[in-house]
Amino acid sequence: MELNIHFRKINNVLSVFIEGEIDTFTAPKLREKLESIVISQERLIELDLSKVTYMDSTGLGVFVALYKNVTRENGNLKLVGLTARIKRLFNITGLSELMNIEVGAKVE
Amino acid sequence: MEQLLIDYKQILSDYVVNRKEETLYNGQNYVRQLIQKNVAPEDVINIHRKAVEEIYTELPDSLSHAYDFLIEVMVQYGMKTREHQSLLIQKEELRIEMEIAARIQNILLNTTVPKIDQLDIGMISEPIRKMNGDYVHFLFDEEEDYLSIAVADVVGKGVPAALCMSMLKNGLETLEYGNNDPSYILQVLNRIIEKSVDDGMFVSSFYGRYDVNSSILTYGSAGHEPALYFNSKENAFCDLECKGLLLGVMPEVKYSQSNIRLEENDFIMIVTDGVTELRDCDVIDSRNLLKEIAFSIRHLPAQEMCEKIYLELQRLQDYNLEDDFTIVILKK
Repeated sequence: MELNIHFRKINNVLSVFIEGEIDTFTAPKLREKLESIVISQERLIELDLSKVTYMDSTGLGVFVALYKNVTRENGNLKLVGLTARIKRLFNITGLSELMNIEVGAKVE
Repeated sequence: MEQLLIDYKQILSDYVVNRKEETLYNGQNYVRQLIQKNVAPEDVINIHRKAVEEIYTELPDSLSHAYDFLIEVMVQYGMKTREHQSLLIQKEELRIEMEIAARIQNILLNTTVPKIDQLDIGMISEPIRKMNGDYVHFLFDEEEDYLSIAVADVVGKGVPAALCMSMLKNGLETLEYGNNDPSYILQVLNRIIEKSVDDGMFVSSFYGRYDVNSSILTYGSAGHEPALYFNSKENAFCDLECKGLLLGVMPEVKYSQSNIRLEENDFIMIVTDGVTELRDCDVIDSRNLLKEIAFSIRHLPAQEMCEKIYLELQRLQDYNLEDDFTIVILKK
């Protein structure tokens, strides 16, 4: 399964659309793309995970790395469109209490 | 080079005339000289070309061009072959190093299951690759009658995960002496790991302390898959929910802990996500599946239960499990 990542910039919001499976094989690609994001205080980085069909702990690692980086740089990060399965992963790991997360479908 | 040409020309002209086995044998011996003198493949062709030109003086020019072409091709071919060989050697060296590292890891992280009269303990931990990303640590303090169990899963695979794991083990061993609360242990482990791992890395861990005299298990979780508790009186399972952040994400994290008392025939299953995160299978479904299997063999000793569950899940996933697989069962 392929992993597709698209960026869309509107004003101060950078939306990142992630589509496909995030696992050991695709995580490096995602990491590389997310690392290329310029973090600034004025900008909100919004990751849309509504089209992520599978994610394992390696994928979680990529988001934790981004979160740490954004926090260090005083940036803003938000995860939206989490499916029930992915939300559960964030709940169990305690990350949902740390990160800004929105569940369910996002209106385009 | 001059001598090589003279020798080659001799062998070649002999062969062209007599086509004897013996001359072919001389050719084989000649190869030894080539290797000793480290002659490149394209130079061998050059030798052949010169020899041919000296034996047959009236060759068309086009044949000479054809040799030029072959020599060019062989130069490239020789380079690629050498590159390929050196890659193979590097790969082999890496493989050997990995094997040594895996062996060291196995020695370092070897877990022995303690034998206690009042509690039946079973464990299975199967790595998906050479190095296991799951780790189980037991410690039985006979004087205090406390059993400590840590089940941890390091995200990421291979060498970085193995190094992280050794850190965890060292932390556990230094901490465990004395009757420490799981919440405290997790807090200290988090501090150790947070300082030393890079950004994308973390560990999930279940930590429990079982009081042999009171049959009470005090447990805490750092982002770990909830353990399952089977209540034999009610014939039902429930999740041992205990919230806590993964180890290694934030510097100062507080962890909570809960208690549960085990009655006769009750058991607790502590698993890693390799058991519940089956692809193409909802987590809730796979947890239910796990409960079903465990329920059907609940009369077996803990170790046999672990092994049977592993075999059954492996079979259901077509022997294609994708993650390190660990189950610990504590049964009263």
